[in-house]
Amino acid sequence: MKEFLEGSMAVARTVQLCKPGVISAYPITPQTHIVEELAQMVADGHLNAEFVNVESEHSAASVVLGALAAGVRAYTATSSQGLLLMSEVIFNIAGMRLPLVLTDANRAISAPINIWNDQQDTVSLRDAGWVQLYVENLQETVDFHIMAYKLAEDKNIMLPVMVCMDGFILTHGIESVDMPSQEQVDKFLPPYKALYKLDVDNPMTLGPLADPDYYTEARYAIQETQKKVLEVIPRLTADFARAFGRTYNGLIEEYHTKDAERVIVAMGSVCGSIKDVVDELRSKGKKVGLLKIVSYRPFPAQEIYDALKNVSKVGVVDRAVSLGSFAPLASEIKATFFGKKKKPDTISSFVVGLGGRDITKDSIKEIFRMLTQKEKTGEFIDLKPELLKENYE
Amino acid sequence: MFGPLNCKAGTSKKNKTGAWRVELRPKYLHQNCIACKLCVTACPEGCIIPGEKNAFEFDAAYCKGCGLCAAICPKKDIAMVKEEEQKSK
Repeated sequence: MKEFLEGSMAVARTVQLCKPGVISAYPITPQTHIVEELAQMVADGHLNAEFVNVESEHSAASVVLGALAAGVRAYTATSSQGLLLMSEVIFNIAGMRLPLVLTDANRAISAPINIWNDQQDTVSLRDAGWVQLYVENLQETVDFHIMAYKLAEDKNIMLPVMVCMDGFILTHGIESVDMPSQEQVDKFLPPYKALYKLDVDNPMTLGPLADPDYYTEARYAIQETQKKVLEVIPRLTADFARAFGRTYNGLIEEYHTKDAERVIVAMGSVCGSIKDVVDELRSKGKKVGLLKIVSYRPFPAQEIYDALKNVSKVGVVDRAVSLGSFAPLASEIKATFFGKKKKPDTISSFVVGLGGRDITKDSIKEIFRMLTQKEKTGEFIDLKPELLKENYE
Repeated sequence: MFGPLNCKAGTSKKNKTGAWRVELRPKYLHQNCIACKLCVTACPEGCIIPGEKNAFEFDAAYCKGCGLCAAICPKKDIAMVKEEEQKSK
């Protein structure tokens, strides 16, 4: 049924439909509304789950790790500094192959302290072994949470999934959302049955010591499973389309890329604005397009290659930086084409919208305009030079 | 794909830590033992078999040769000796 919902409310309602047995979270802007709403549902008896209050995100992540180790479906949500505080446990959850679903309300990292949106938090944890899905709007947010549980709990996958939604823009934005019914979700997502769990009748050690004789194989197995996820996601989205009537690619989304001369590559909510600009420029006869990356981990290199191999000018929009090196998404797009015969003439890289700075249609038009020039590397868009004059000598 | 992930209980019995011993192994002198069992509690492998006075033994399959039993013995009734020395006798 279509409803007019705030993003956080839509996430909470979706998580409720997925019936986790344990929820633990620590409030942090702009994620708080999600778990606030879930706590209310548990208190009101509308969700049969344990809501565990904790003193930090490190503990929240540890609680949901423990719940999954005991064989119970679990959920947590966080943002920014909270995700970083969880980071030690984040690596453990993937290493222990526990199918957690976590929502991150993407927010900038301190210092300077900033509560607004960019994607530095989740991008910084790209190497943790998690599946990372970046959503564009609230309908995708709802749908990818349901798919996230099914993907994570796939007995051939058993990896945690991070659904990355842009803070404020999506968490606090209000849109019309087609909310699935409980019957639909129950049919699509069966109750969680753990492949291994802590059980006094069948004692087992989870996450034991792996010395140099074992560790490499444990990591190799995750790497190979990540590749497997690239095969599972298209089947999953096809199943989802049959069950809910909404079709996604799940790895990438191509928007007017087929005949495009200039294409922007981006992740998350900014893709909505880019689509508007593409429409506008297309109406003026400009051959422009958008490639949206949905699955950042695993990185769908083959799909990206196929989508961009005939495009002459590519511009990669990063809402994060790898300070001291190239922008993260851009370097991976470039790596995709290294040594290939068919490839774009230029792959430019732009760092945009850090700490919640608006990415306006003009910013996007400026990027498209710059794509006609020579290749740019890590070009900061909408930079204010007058703010760079501070001096402490 | 799963690599080494979990293990069933009881695997420490399969891990014969005696192979870690390099030079020294304990020798129970069986002269002044008072059966206080301090060596039993100190042993990190739990491989000392207690008994009557002067009748304690250890399981060489698990003894790592760490020497804690010899160090803690109040009667200095456990000596650390070279592997070869023990075998030659």
